[in-house]
Amino acid sequence: MSAADSRPLLTVRGVKTYYGNIIALKGVDVDVHQGEIVTLIGANGAGKSTLMMTICGNPRAREGSIVYDGQEITRLPTHEIARLRIAQSPEGRRIFPRMTVLENLQMGSSIDKMEFFDTDVQYMFDLFPRLKERINQRGGTLSGGEQQMLAIARALMARPKLLMLDEPSLGLAPLIVKQIFDAIRELNKRDGLTVFLVEQNAFHALKLAHRGYVMVNGVITMSGSGRELLENPEVRAAYLEGGAH
Amino acid sequence: MNSALKSNNGAGIDFGRALKDGVIVAIIAFALLGPLVGLKTDQNMSNELILQNRLGLAAVLSAIVGIGRFLLSAFVYPWVAARGNRTKAAATLAELEARAKFAKGLSVTGLIFLFVYPILIISLFGVQGSIKWVDNYGVQILIYVMLGWGLNIVIGLAGLLDLGYVAFYAVGAYSYSLLAINFHLSFWVLLPVAGLLAAFWGVILGFPVLRLRGDYLAIVTLAFGEIIRLVLINWKDFSGGSAGISSIPKVTMFGIYSFDVSAPNNFAKAFHLAASSAYYKVFLYYLILLLALLTAFITMRLRRLPIGRAWEALREDEVACRSLGINTTNTKLTAFAIGAMFGGFAGSFFAARQGFVSPESFIFMESAVIVAIVVLGGMGSMIGVALAAVAMIGGTELLRELDFLKKVFGNDFNPDQYRMLLFGLAMVIIMVWKPRGFVSARQPTAFLFKRKTVSGDLVKEGHG
Repeated sequence: MSAADSRPLLTVRGVKTYYGNIIALKGVDVDVHQGEIVTLIGANGAGKSTLMMTICGNPRAREGSIVYDGQEITRLPTHEIARLRIAQSPEGRRIFPRMTVLENLQMGSSIDKMEFFDTDVQYMFDLFPRLKERINQRGGTLSGGEQQMLAIARALMARPKLLMLDEPSLGLAPLIVKQIFDAIRELNKRDGLTVFLVEQNAFHALKLAHRGYVMVNGVITMSGSGRELLENPEVRAAYLEGGAH
Repeated sequence: MNSALKSNNGAGIDFGRALKDGVIVAIIAFALLGPLVGLKTDQNMSNELILQNRLGLAAVLSAIVGIGRFLLSAFVYPWVAARGNRTKAAATLAELEARAKFAKGLSVTGLIFLFVYPILIISLFGVQGSIKWVDNYGVQILIYVMLGWGLNIVIGLAGLLDLGYVAFYAVGAYSYSLLAINFHLSFWVLLPVAGLLAAFWGVILGFPVLRLRGDYLAIVTLAFGEIIRLVLINWKDFSGGSAGISSIPKVTMFGIYSFDVSAPNNFAKAFHLAASSAYYKVFLYYLILLLALLTAFITMRLRRLPIGRAWEALREDEVACRSLGINTTNTKLTAFAIGAMFGGFAGSFFAARQGFVSPESFIFMESAVIVAIVVLGGMGSMIGVALAAVAMIGGTELLRELDFLKKVFGNDFNPDQYRMLLFGLAMVIIMVWKPRGFVSARQPTAFLFKRKTVSGDLVKEGHG
């Protein structure tokens, strides 16, 4: 099933993260291999986004270690982690609302000092033709789906080795969700891009992913291939009730 | 709403109703103002309490209130309602370009006007008569334009609300004054030194506030401005305390000509002109104009560079910035430093122009005025900030000219005393009318369609 080779790109071991005195992650182990799409599903407040943010160094893990591409990144500041080519499309998209689509994309390629901007921007337009139509429009005036596309495109402009997406389907129409997931699949197939996907939309996410993790209350309770998890009765009961939507 | 619909349907303005409104409001105003303003208790020569009758003044004030209400009902409210009804389509690329062209035309015209302004004034009012117009209006406004543009980098671009900007102005002014008096260095040497010292203090302020945003940042920067001022007052050995520093050397024309009356290479003497301070003022005018334009030029260049884009992105979303690999610490510190540097330039110019500095010149009010200029102009907009500086500072100066009001309000009336009241009113009106400042549309720094590397098929389609 898995198209991935066995080299782990990202290894998370025993990570504990606190917000003040409240523990959000109670010792999490996650592996993401080169060329894989890995998804993390779970209910609201399970700690999915916290894990993603912890990998990015904001907040930092209080215990445990995060190793990326053979390098310990647990204590690095966020911007240095980003410069190691971990790109992130954070929860709530967080595009720059008063800047145009083009300027948003420029910000994405600022790691490389815009060296590959011209070729990469064409590539983004192939991937998301809608963005080409909106190129000089301000980010804040885009629709939700377009903003999500922009957030992903902006992350991709940094030429990441690992792309982390936090709920790209949030608040979007099913058709747009399909477009975005298709784009992720294409990126993975064509370029071998490694993707770590945090989702509430468990059905779509598990169908897309090679492997999945289930998180409950800050702990990983289950893991397996996407299909295994889809067929698992517990997962079905907890996250897929109401069927495919 | 009703009246708006009527005026939209071509029924014209409902003057009858507006007149009725005006009269009723005037009567209410007179009922209030009659006892409050119309009757005044006073002491006469023998310390007896007497009642002064000022009903005439109350009537004048009530009439003003009534006329104001009439104008509101007749013109302003229907206009506001009509504005609300108007549906606004998103700006197309063509509109954006037209707007950019208009702004460019405006700046070019404004620039030409600024360069010929002293010549125009001298030909109109003569050499001696030009002093007031060049100095009080020209130089004074341009100092604030420069300060506004400098602060615009911190507030408008990087989004860091700095209420202590006057501290850097003070650092620049005192740097020039102290170094010029104690080490006899020329203005041209000390200008960059003052800028660097101010930038240094910008970084000093920047470090403790790195983690703060919004209100908290505003409070700390406000305190910083006060600390600098209080140090200047209390460290008497260093700064002369509240007495300040006087006889600060004037700027020379690059050392070739001096503007000191006693100097052998005095400008007026060298050119066999009648002695007048007007030449110095005109020279100062061009100096501050060039300094302000330098600020504008550097800011516009920076906006197109990675650091400028990072500032704007920082204003929009700090978390997203970090996740895109931008070092927000450096970005904030450079914004503080470069903003402060321009404040320092303006400060040393201010010291050289006044010939005297004291902590009195660097009170919180100054910071507030500069912040008001930036906010009023539209954060991030160079032209907007310049217009706001003209309105705010030029407005203050104009109030001194309104002597005819004494005929209405009596001889004790001093329009200057009402300037803060009028400012407050003007700011409220402008913020209601244009909540994001005079020029609220942000000019994008990049257009893909002008790039050479883009193939032709892109140009035809995709007009947002």
